[in-house]
Amino acid sequence: MTVPAQQIKFYQTGSFAVGNRLLDLEDRSVQADTDRANALTSGHRACQGCGEALGARYALDAAMRATQGQMVAVNATGCLEVFSTPYPQTSWQIPWIHSLFGNAPAVATGVAAALKAKGRTDVRVIGQGGDGGTVDIGFACLSGMFERNDDVLFICYDNEAYMNTGVQRSGATPPAARTMTTQAVGPEPGNAFGQGKNVPLIALAHEIPYVATATVAELHDLEYKVRRAMEFRGARYIHVMVPCPLGWGSAACDTIRVARLAKESGLFPVFEAEDGEVTGVVKIRRQVPVEEYLRLQGRYAHLFGDPPRTDVIARIQAMADRNIRRFGLVE
Amino acid sequence: MDKPFAITLDVGSSKANKTGAWRTERPVYADRMPPCNQACPAGENIQRWLYLAEDGSYESAWRELMADNPFPAIMGRVCYHPCQTACNRARLDESVGINSVERFLGDEAIRQGWTVPVTAEPTGKRIMVVGAGPAGLSAAYHLTLMGHAVTVMDSGAYAGGMMRFGIPRYRLPRDILSAEIQRILDMGVTLELGHTVTNLPAALRHFDAAFLAVGAHIGRRAYIPAGDAARILDAVSMLRGMEGGVPCLGRRVVVYGGGNTAMDAARTARRLGATDTVVVYRRTRDRMPAHDFEVEEAIEEGVTMKWLSTITHADGERVTVEKMRLDETGFPQPTGEFEELAADTVVLALGQQADLTLLQGLPGVDFEDGVVKVGDNLMTGYPGVFAGGDMVPAERTVTVAVGHGKKAARHIDAWLRGTTYRPAPRPAPAAFDILNPWYYSDAPATVRSTLELARRTSTFDEVQSGLDESSALFEARRCLSCGNCFECDNCFGVCPDNAVIKLGAGERYAIDLDYCKGCGLCAAECPCGAITMQAEQT
Repeated sequence: MTVPAQQIKFYQTGSFAVGNRLLDLEDRSVQADTDRANALTSGHRACQGCGEALGARYALDAAMRATQGQMVAVNATGCLEVFSTPYPQTSWQIPWIHSLFGNAPAVATGVAAALKAKGRTDVRVIGQGGDGGTVDIGFACLSGMFERNDDVLFICYDNEAYMNTGVQRSGATPPAARTMTTQAVGPEPGNAFGQGKNVPLIALAHEIPYVATATVAELHDLEYKVRRAMEFRGARYIHVMVPCPLGWGSAACDTIRVARLAKESGLFPVFEAEDGEVTGVVKIRRQVPVEEYLRLQGRYAHLFGDPPRTDVIARIQAMADRNIRRFGLVE
Repeated sequence: MDKPFAITLDVGSSKANKTGAWRTERPVYADRMPPCNQACPAGENIQRWLYLAEDGSYESAWRELMADNPFPAIMGRVCYHPCQTACNRARLDESVGINSVERFLGDEAIRQGWTVPVTAEPTGKRIMVVGAGPAGLSAAYHLTLMGHAVTVMDSGAYAGGMMRFGIPRYRLPRDILSAEIQRILDMGVTLELGHTVTNLPAALRHFDAAFLAVGAHIGRRAYIPAGDAARILDAVSMLRGMEGGVPCLGRRVVVYGGGNTAMDAARTARRLGATDTVVVYRRTRDRMPAHDFEVEEAIEEGVTMKWLSTITHADGERVTVEKMRLDETGFPQPTGEFEELAADTVVLALGQQADLTLLQGLPGVDFEDGVVKVGDNLMTGYPGVFAGGDMVPAERTVTVAVGHGKKAARHIDAWLRGTTYRPAPRPAPAAFDILNPWYYSDAPATVRSTLELARRTSTFDEVQSGLDESSALFEARRCLSCGNCFECDNCFGVCPDNAVIKLGAGERYAIDLDYCKGCGLCAAECPCGAITMQAEQT
């Protein structure tokens, strides 16, 4: 099943580029619009080529359009919060609030409750954070927000470790990846296999109205999912893969390419689900072996030494193959 | 101090933080040379006219094309389109059908009656062009646009040169040819048909400069021992004869040669009623100079090919053919094995020579291998006399000739002004590896339909038909725009720092160097490779 945003085909660029002068204005992405909200504006202190800064602007600009600017964002502690708001400056051009690392979903619940009490249900609430604030520290609050079906869209920008504090392992760090706390030493270097959690599937298990995954490499799909999420009331969750050049040891200019390869290899399945059932997947367009994805990243460099760890690469490939089977990612 | 508890400073925007200071490299927009433009012998800006055609601005596209080549409808039929051979899209699916779109634009112009206005002030200079073929007419067109008065002289009864007397009607219908020539004449070019220039120095007295493009009209003969009754023609004369009447060839025709002219002669013979048409060529098919599709179409039409063979003797109703084999150097060697073929006529298609008597006795003019030596500016050794087309050393195609016409016009213009024309330096090539092809979706080429075979071999109707508007538009949109920004907004979208400024339709983008951190995402994600990263000066 393809998402509606991909049905228009202009052969010069397909529908994959940000804009296209041959398309009607309303069919172009929000990012192609010079009047986009720029929810996260220039001057922020994110690293060169930051995937999270990009993903946050993509998602929030889409949400701003979907809500006609009537929304509030609640931010967990993390890179996104730190690089955007060093006192007394802010990069946010939207109503924005930060409380603690672990309580963003609960604060978002509170904001939604307060707006409801004031009769302002036209104002929509977004909670957001990195994988640390979502998968680990804020997880109890998130699960509570889900099970109460509070009217919040929570967006996790997943860069697969605690980047702000110096690249420590999180519950979203993939196997074999090197972090400061999972060094590339010993017989099984890097993060252990068989650990960590898959929050999109956990969200799915809560049978909330809408769950989706996306990457910064497919803007039209990401924008569609934010727009779609805003058509529901109740708890919604979008999990966006945002590569981190610093923590992943990839080139700043490769951020989007790395995200694209994560999806094209099958390691990161891109799907959407309503009320606990998967309703759509974005198929792999040009399938690649996981090696192409891993090679671009210094955190996997230990797999490509002399001799290369073909056994570990094969285990990672098996994970991708399982995703491909499980979600039907190949035509 | 009217601030909330513990707040001592106003909230400011992070825009005060000029992150551009982090940068070590900056993105720079650059138009690179797309492979199609690089390959075009007529120097067309193909990428640009395809871009204009993409949104249906056919007239603008045609005008862009006409800036370099006055014959789009002819080109769209007879050009061997080296642009498509070079096209980067072939690496994704199939080349863009540039030639088909060109033909569509050319036909559309004829349908709509579009013309090219001459806006330059008259220079008062008079230029003589000898030869009304593609090179001569192209030069006349460009020189007229530059404000010069041009007189074209041709010894033939019609204008067009080899386009009329060499290319068969089934490839180039004569109404199309005439329409595009007439458009040039309507711009004020004087045409003198049936005018053979014999005394060049005398003729030059009335002109400020001359461009010679008399072509190569003499069929090369090979010595073939022949009996009295043998009927041997050369292909050039035979094809030229088609413009006056119908040459009598008989039922069994043997064509000797392996070039495009041989294919034209064989296919023409089929259409004239020959039941057995055999092409005899001394090497193998892959060494044939004829283009693949010409050979293909000839075979489809029932022409038989006899490779590795030479004609050793011709007589009344038969020719003797000797089998050849290629030696280690690829040169054909005789084997001593002979066979006989029935033949009413033998047509020799062994190449053409230029008739250079016009230049005999002109001081300073040199010849080499039967053609005129010219400088880089196409000027002969005689000041003010330029030459181009088949009579100078070059590949002999219509498109190359048209390119010579343009090039000569520029140099003649400069020479008349006492300056030197220097072409702008060519930008760096836009090779496939600078593209990010992820952003292009798969779309195979639109194939032009060919006339069904039965009609093809009995009539001279055009073999290939053109594209309708929707498929021409589809085809134009398949262009990747290699190395040239087509405003897809990718750079504007993918910048994590909002440091790309969109300037509006047709104006492209600028980099906000106050905030650009130099990450290079815009360059990496540009589909067409129009952004380069350049090191900052330290």
